[in-house]
Amino acid sequence: MKQVVFISGKGGTGKSTVVAALSRMAGDKVLADCDVDAPNLHLLVRGTRTYQADFSGANAALIDREKCVECGACRDACRFDAIQEDYGVEPMACEGCGACMLVCPTDAIRLTQVKTGETYVDDTSLGTFSHARLDIGAEGSGKLVTEVKKNLEQYGKDEAWALVDGSPGIGCAVIASMTGADAVVAVCEPTRSGKSDLVRVLQVADHFGIPAFVCINKYDLNDEITGQIEAFCRENGIPLIGHIPYEPAVVKALQSFQTPVEAGLTHISDEIGRMWDALAAALNNN
Amino acid sequence: MRIAVLSGKGGTGKTTVAASLTSVGICQYVDCDVEEPNGAIFLKPRLTSSTPVTVAVPAVDLSRCDGCGRCAEACQFHAISVVKGTVLLFPELCHHCGACGIACPRDAVSETGREIGVIEADPDGFFIQGRLHIGEPVTIPVIQALKKRIREDVPVILDCPPGASCAVVASIRDCDYCVLVTEPTPFGLHDLKVAVGLVQQMNIPFGVVVNKAMNGDQRIQDYCMENGITVLMEIPFSREIAEGYARGMLPIQAGGEWRDRFLSLYKAIGGGNVR
Repeated sequence: MKQVVFISGKGGTGKSTVVAALSRMAGDKVLADCDVDAPNLHLLVRGTRTYQADFSGANAALIDREKCVECGACRDACRFDAIQEDYGVEPMACEGCGACMLVCPTDAIRLTQVKTGETYVDDTSLGTFSHARLDIGAEGSGKLVTEVKKNLEQYGKDEAWALVDGSPGIGCAVIASMTGADAVVAVCEPTRSGKSDLVRVLQVADHFGIPAFVCINKYDLNDEITGQIEAFCRENGIPLIGHIPYEPAVVKALQSFQTPVEAGLTHISDEIGRMWDALAAALNNN
Repeated sequence: MRIAVLSGKGGTGKTTVAASLTSVGICQYVDCDVEEPNGAIFLKPRLTSSTPVTVAVPAVDLSRCDGCGRCAEACQFHAISVVKGTVLLFPELCHHCGACGIACPRDAVSETGREIGVIEADPDGFFIQGRLHIGEPVTIPVIQALKKRIREDVPVILDCPPGASCAVVASIRDCDYCVLVTEPTPFGLHDLKVAVGLVQQMNIPFGVVVNKAMNGDQRIQDYCMENGITVLMEIPFSREIAEGYARGMLPIQAGGEWRDRFLSLYKAIGGGNVR
């Protein structure tokens, strides 16, 4: 199975729209949404839930008040100010590192697993779909992303392709999304911020040695910056495989839960289809 | 007064709103989106200082280490492993908690600074941004370092990362008000609900700005009305605004009504003195 992860650096450039459109066009594939704290692909890819589980992606200290002698050693050891005046543990501050447990003279502290989200696998007409939801404000998004990808392999049936919707940014969630990928496709827009964020996320892909491709969405919004992105890709040997035009009807279609494919926006969907052909050809030659 | 601008979904216009508020008010701008900071593109500050953000990671004194493996057992983040008596460090996984040092019976673990990002600022510190280095997964220490440089003498606008994970929690903690920016699509509404859940859980007063608003689509306004949430402002969907944004221009720089509208917003959310 070849895994392609769609990333963007900057949010809102059209990653999920492109993946949802491709889900209607590409055959023999599974799907995943690794944007676990703002997942959206499930709104456009619906099916029957076949698996659902709680996910524990973090630990937190628990102090046994019977054993605690209130010596304060734990508070001195804690670098996250998580132990309160009354020896309660502030859950949002606790990192689950266990330093407190190591210094406690009366063995009053242990680490307990904390639920940080839920994982889901759906059976859909477009293929098996693995996704998740991070609990509000929870940590460990990278671990949850890794679980989503593990489920993809476990519940997939050795399809040719895995299409993975990534998250914005360059930190833990993005690094976890890219891990094990055969290629990343950076969907960007020709804005000054879009270009700045694209360059940073491509550096991350390069850092981890993952082949990258670029697609410019709304390319005709600013010819000058589109030109700069094209030049950047040329200079760095990164294939530019898509130029999707600005089309307000794409947003209108999304408002009724449609991708450009069902909405009949053929000038958009044809370009996404050409991009997929170019990508598949490049990866199949490897 | 600390005002955080967040969104749930990325690309809804957080930076547009945060930078516009900063342009009309006499306030400090803090770019907490340390993975992809963009405020400088719009506010064009003269960045004159760059301060490294370092975190403490373990260093092992091999003359003292006997390879017992207690440090690796203590580490909850798999940042240390001991294979055949040799200590291997994976510093990018380290959470800087110091547990390995506590666990070591031979006092062989010390700590050394490791740079994971920088804080950049203009001469008077009215503009500050964090920038995470490429390949680094852990953002929270950069956000915390940034927040140590928040000014107390003026209102502060914090431009937050997208999503609703721990990085957003670290950004909006201790803020007095949150502005939630969204757009009228199923994605925008879905992620707005997540962001609303977060600010409610943290008990911070908030209001909503609808960006790329369309007359025909009232889903955000309907949701806000049903839930008693204030809609602070609507910015229409327009190719003109999008093209200006592409060039690094804010709507208020186009003149006209936008300056007044952001002035009213700034006053309404308690920003204080204006330019």
